[in-house]
Amino acid sequence: MRWSEGKDPARSLEALETKARWVRRETLRIHHLAPETRIASSLSDVEIFVALYYGGVLNFDPDVPRWEGRDRFIVSKGHGGVSLYPILADLGFFDRRHLARVCRAGSFLGAIPDMLIPGFETINGSLGQGLGVACGIARGLKRKRSAAGVYVLLGDGELYEGSVWEAVMFAAHHRLDNLVMIVDSNKKSMLGRCESILNLLPLEEKFARFGWEVAGVDGHEVHAVHEVLSRFKNSRQGRPKAVVANTIKGKGVPLLEQDALCHVRTLNGQETLAAMGEAE
Amino acid sequence: MSGELKSMRDVFLERIHAAMKQHDDIFLVSDDFGSRVLDRIRADFDDRFINVGIAEQNCINVAAGLALEGFNVYAYGIACFMSMRSFEQIRVNVAMTSQLQPMNLNIVGVGAGMSYDVSGPSHHCLEDLTLLRLLPHVDLFSPSDWQTAARLADYSVAEGGPKYFRFDSKPTAAIYSPEDDIDLAVGFHELIRGEETCIVSTGYMTHVALKAAARADECVGVVDVFGLKPAHERPLYEALCGYDSIVTLEEGFIKRGGLDAMVGQILADHGSRAKLTRLGVDDRYLFDLGGREQLHRLCGIDEEGVLNAISRAVSA
Repeated sequence: MRWSEGKDPARSLEALETKARWVRRETLRIHHLAPETRIASSLSDVEIFVALYYGGVLNFDPDVPRWEGRDRFIVSKGHGGVSLYPILADLGFFDRRHLARVCRAGSFLGAIPDMLIPGFETINGSLGQGLGVACGIARGLKRKRSAAGVYVLLGDGELYEGSVWEAVMFAAHHRLDNLVMIVDSNKKSMLGRCESILNLLPLEEKFARFGWEVAGVDGHEVHAVHEVLSRFKNSRQGRPKAVVANTIKGKGVPLLEQDALCHVRTLNGQETLAAMGEAE
Repeated sequence: MSGELKSMRDVFLERIHAAMKQHDDIFLVSDDFGSRVLDRIRADFDDRFINVGIAEQNCINVAAGLALEGFNVYAYGIACFMSMRSFEQIRVNVAMTSQLQPMNLNIVGVGAGMSYDVSGPSHHCLEDLTLLRLLPHVDLFSPSDWQTAARLADYSVAEGGPKYFRFDSKPTAAIYSPEDDIDLAVGFHELIRGEETCIVSTGYMTHVALKAAARADECVGVVDVFGLKPAHERPLYEALCGYDSIVTLEEGFIKRGGLDAMVGQILADHGSRAKLTRLGVDDRYLFDLGGREQLHRLCGIDEEGVLNAISRAVSA
């Protein structure tokens, strides 16, 4: 059954919060089994994924991942896509047993997701490319007169890539109001805080000046994330839409939250188990 | 050779213009690069012509997004920038992606080799044959004349998959006539069957090869390679069998991965004992002015240079 056709999504605040806690725990479980995964980057975007998939924002069909009527969702910050694995398994895109085999021979679930995984649209990992591809898809959907939307998740560090801004200009010029960009603004890149590497702020004003409809949101208030995404889903007023989600890298794990260099930090077994307890 | 000079891009785009009338799923994405015929496409199909601005990376990304939605897309720009500024976009969103999902994406690069002669080395395109040969799944075409470009246009409409077309920027004479039986899928055509020596050339250099062959003392063979990838190794080897000396000729860097490397590998893999002479640009950029022939002279790939190489190889 398609989510757009009546399956009841867990839209209540409590249900979404419960899902977010569960996803955080499952993501840590994956990291425990596959320490190669980028855990801090995969914890800042949890509420975004939960709102998109459990909040009735995205239309999809787990039985037919490439269903023509689906909303396209591109995880341009691919290294942060590991927390989407438990969600896709939970929704039936693939069997849950795959979650125990991340990064192992024969599995399609790697440290960085690609379109071999049911539910992923593109090959990710090379930053700065998802938004441009999303623009092409959005333009194509308009040509087809499709009602489907295009959603793309970027990291804030990814905004250093010049190709992102080529696409930011393109989307506004071509009035791609079927496109929603979500920036997981966790304020940290690999070598530290973005503020000290190369200041990106003020982000919301930048996108607004480029002609986008913009909303800032606390990226860990799942209800607020859900509210803005739902509003943007239904708003088609000639402008692409940007959600700047203010998040915390490594959210839910104090060891990561407090570490400016958490991007490449791998939690050891004990730390992961402790963090899973905290995520309960 | 027909005397009429035509540019490959205009002939190619004329065919695409006609195809766009018949097929409403064709898009053309340009990086603010035009042509006389492109103006007609812009006027007639403004809903399927997209100018991304001078932004090659986004040109390929937008084209890839359209191709993922099932459209047949032409990404059109200057060869050196399309192949190099956006090489990584081609690598990830065209080559890699097409391994997992079929996509019809045709990259059209204008300005092959030294055709932008006096614009200097930033506009010369001496690397694209090597670079595009590196990428799995992307077919690579380097035609020598507008007749081949016209056939490639029809081929690109009919045959899916990612392709890169390397076109000269200057109008050139036709080498082929419409009646010639050219097999585009096999990637090369024997223009002259020679005796001891054969020139294997690609793109504009096939014109030089033919002129040099016409002046040579012996009957020199000429094979025009218009499709470098996929390489059809056995047929090409068979075409070169029987020659003692093979001279490769390209407007590109040699000893890296271009035409010379392709031919050398095929000869070696089939146990050929023919002597191989590689003519092209050897490990330097060209800041010199004076036009294309002057650049050819400096690199030893003008008619005289080719004739000298032929006699050196034969007397060796």
